[in-house]
Amino acid sequence: MNQLDFDDVQGLARFGFGSMRQACFYLVRIKDVAVARAWLLAAHVTTARTLDPPPSTALQIGFTVDGLKALGVPSEVINGFAPEFVAGMTEESRSRRLGDIGRNHPSCWRWGGPDRIPHLAIMMYGKEDQMAQCEAEFKGPLGDVAFEVTERLTTSDLDDVEPFGFRDGLSQPVVDWEEKRKISGDQLVYSNVVSLGEFLLGYSNEYNEYTDRPLLDPASRGAADLLAALDQPYKKDLGRNGTYLVIRQLEQDVRAFWRYMDHAANSNPEQRARLAEAMLGRQLNGTPLMPLQNNPIDGVGKDDDDRAYNQFLYNSDPDGVRCPLGAHARRANPRNADFPNPVKGPISHLLQTLGFGHKGIRDELMSATRFHRLLRRGREYGPGLSPEDALKPEPENEEKRGLQFICLNGNISRQFEFVQGAWMNTTKFDGLSEESDPLLGNREAVQGCPISNTFSQPRENALRERRNHLPQFVTVRGGAYFFLPSLRALKYFATVGS
Amino acid sequence: MVVAPLDVNRTGELRSLVATMNSAPGTANPDNDIIPFGRLEGLHFARVLVLEDQTLDDVTAAYGLPRQNFPTYLAFLGDFDGDVDDFRRQMVAVAGKGLERIFSFCVDFTPGTDLIRWMQQHEHRPATMYVNWVGRSMQQIREENALCQVLQKHMFENGSEFQKGSPEEIRRAAKAFVQQEVNMRRLTLTPLKKAPLGWRISNLLNLIFVPVLLLFLAPWFLLYLPIFLIQLRRREKRDPVIAPRPSAEHVRRLAEIEDHDVTNQFTAMGSVKPGLFRRWTFITLLWLVEYTTRHIYTRRYLARVPSIHFARWVYIDDKKRLVFCSNYDGSLESYMDDFINKVAFGLNVVFSNGIGYPRTNWLAFKGAKNEQQFKYYIRRHQLPTEVWYNGHRGLTNFDLFRNSQIRSGLDQQSMTNAEAAQWLALI
Repeated sequence: MNQLDFDDVQGLARFGFGSMRQACFYLVRIKDVAVARAWLLAAHVTTARTLDPPPSTALQIGFTVDGLKALGVPSEVINGFAPEFVAGMTEESRSRRLGDIGRNHPSCWRWGGPDRIPHLAIMMYGKEDQMAQCEAEFKGPLGDVAFEVTERLTTSDLDDVEPFGFRDGLSQPVVDWEEKRKISGDQLVYSNVVSLGEFLLGYSNEYNEYTDRPLLDPASRGAADLLAALDQPYKKDLGRNGTYLVIRQLEQDVRAFWRYMDHAANSNPEQRARLAEAMLGRQLNGTPLMPLQNNPIDGVGKDDDDRAYNQFLYNSDPDGVRCPLGAHARRANPRNADFPNPVKGPISHLLQTLGFGHKGIRDELMSATRFHRLLRRGREYGPGLSPEDALKPEPENEEKRGLQFICLNGNISRQFEFVQGAWMNTTKFDGLSEESDPLLGNREAVQGCPISNTFSQPRENALRERRNHLPQFVTVRGGAYFFLPSLRALKYFATVGS
Repeated sequence: MVVAPLDVNRTGELRSLVATMNSAPGTANPDNDIIPFGRLEGLHFARVLVLEDQTLDDVTAAYGLPRQNFPTYLAFLGDFDGDVDDFRRQMVAVAGKGLERIFSFCVDFTPGTDLIRWMQQHEHRPATMYVNWVGRSMQQIREENALCQVLQKHMFENGSEFQKGSPEEIRRAAKAFVQQEVNMRRLTLTPLKKAPLGWRISNLLNLIFVPVLLLFLAPWFLLYLPIFLIQLRRREKRDPVIAPRPSAEHVRRLAEIEDHDVTNQFTAMGSVKPGLFRRWTFITLLWLVEYTTRHIYTRRYLARVPSIHFARWVYIDDKKRLVFCSNYDGSLESYMDDFINKVAFGLNVVFSNGIGYPRTNWLAFKGAKNEQQFKYYIRRHQLPTEVWYNGHRGLTNFDLFRNSQIRSGLDQQSMTNAEAAQWLALI
């Protein structure tokens, strides 16, 4: 058992605050730094401790690198954070990897683009009748003086269905809070339990190592109250119990999505839904396209629902006949272990390590999943729209809808950016060559490849079904990398520069 | 690889000149005025860069030895089909003037020199060379890619013909279509050439010679092994790790030229640890790796890694330093993922003999598995590849493999339905 102090961890790392159906995220810039510091010190940030009764509201605070600078955090401290956090989401080479080109380019964003980078994300959650009070409290006597609001990200409660109409949030990694998971060498079977260090800095990760974060001299200003680093006890760990928060506003063109499906299915409602489900990799109600397996999976099965939604792998479907190789859910979490084929004993292990015994043509095209997991905490926004209504003519000035994509991870480049770049956005995922993610893809041209906007459904003993000319269904409207500090680090940020 | 010392006062000028060869940062324009790479038909990849070692002070930091002021070099290398002498002649014919302009920045180049001879004199042959699919030529790559694009287009646009029937019937229809395209001279499929006889003989001799030599030396190796292990462990525990976080500016310069294509380039350099023990361990292991890349890892996978097109390990400065160059599919983060999670042992045995490498256990273990240190180490040793040319942009190793499989499947007279179904799944 480690010494994890849940009172030092912001609650979002442990909970999705699912019972609080309302949420609203203020992206703000600091106007008056002294008042902002006072506001931060007075803020009642919700922690990861379980309370009885559970709270009915929650407040979480994340900081961009610009925010830390505005608060006067010393630059040598800031430079101890992850390079991608320091450089920001909109660095040009990063935009290429994340697919933020064309219509997704940061210069077109509502927020997060050049000159529109917020300092803080102030995230409020509450039950139905609580939100107005939360927002009033935020603004209060200090808030209006301290901050200038860059963007108010609203959310809506669509009953756990995302705007295209799919049941959402069914699959999450199980965080090994108590650090019981022992990692030594290769992991030969897929596990849904992931090391604490993948989601919280200051603890060991899937490599049994500590991810880099700012470690301070105990004598440096403000460091005295921070916790010691577990791997270097003579240093104070500013990262410990904190994590990185990725926010991206993804606008979903629900009408274009269902129009495409309807057209491709010759307006047959059944066919239309089947095609959408093939693209997502699950049925609309969340049922996986793969059959459930009998063998339990480590970290799956906390209840019957979880088993029904998650007790499956893709091993038995190497060609993607049941669930297309390029389906959204399959790209996001390929559910593979460290080796593509079963390892039977030490000799087989050695031979496979040396690269012998490849069986399928796609062997080794994909990385092991366990290094690339995300805790998803997204919320929908805009009005719901059923597939049937989506096909009706669009009213004038319709309200936009989509997902406030939010995820937490300890290593942005290895987790969020890898999943987004090497799995979702690439047209070369798992040996495919003509398609990026059917939902998220930007369909931008790839030099040397004549086609980048199809979707393929492999079929047994037949030519694959290829859907052509997929339009772009999702457009990035904003985004930024934040650090979600521990409560101790939050206090440090609020005081170190004063 | 041509390696020649540069006039250090003019490296900035050289960098500006070669930058004019690019259409995007670091990405060569195939038709550029200086070296129109696109006109060299057998050329897969090429690069021009300045070998300016960022880590020359490490030997002082780690071992207290004086810094060795090795020259700053110009490096020019290409991965091409066929004979190196033919290739040099072709290059001079296509880009003699441009080469002369670039080489004129080297201290020992005088205008009017015989370019071919000069390049021969500065040739650094790789200690080890890896090729994803030995013998696959640019001609084959181009023809097979054209074939597959035409075939796919036809099959998907004439759905009814290819949507019904048994897999073998569909394959035969495809075969008939391709035959017709070839007859109409809309497609060319040059029969694949066997490797030259001389190459095959020397390869066979190498295949036999190395194990025989090893067998002969085995008793001595075994006798020496305990001493070797003691020497190794002593050093492994003591050798300092130098893997600080690389500067943001260095990383920005490297990232700026990455991910303009589905394939990327990688160049890194560093110094071998001082002392005879590390020198000979390094030389021996790299020689063994060469044997595996020559005879074992010749089809798609370097051990477990399918993403590398070409890689080479080149000694410079009397084997005191090493340059590593590769061309790989995906972004650096996925390349690192392959390194760390799939072939850490292979990297460890070679690169742990380099100054500052993350600490290994028994030569093969740990090392690269120290993810953060390893990533910093790699980035810090990496050099910006000023100009990089890819002769088959947009095509991954898997694409090239699939294209070849589609073609060879078409060549067959008949298949069972099960075989034909597998073939059909490639389309």
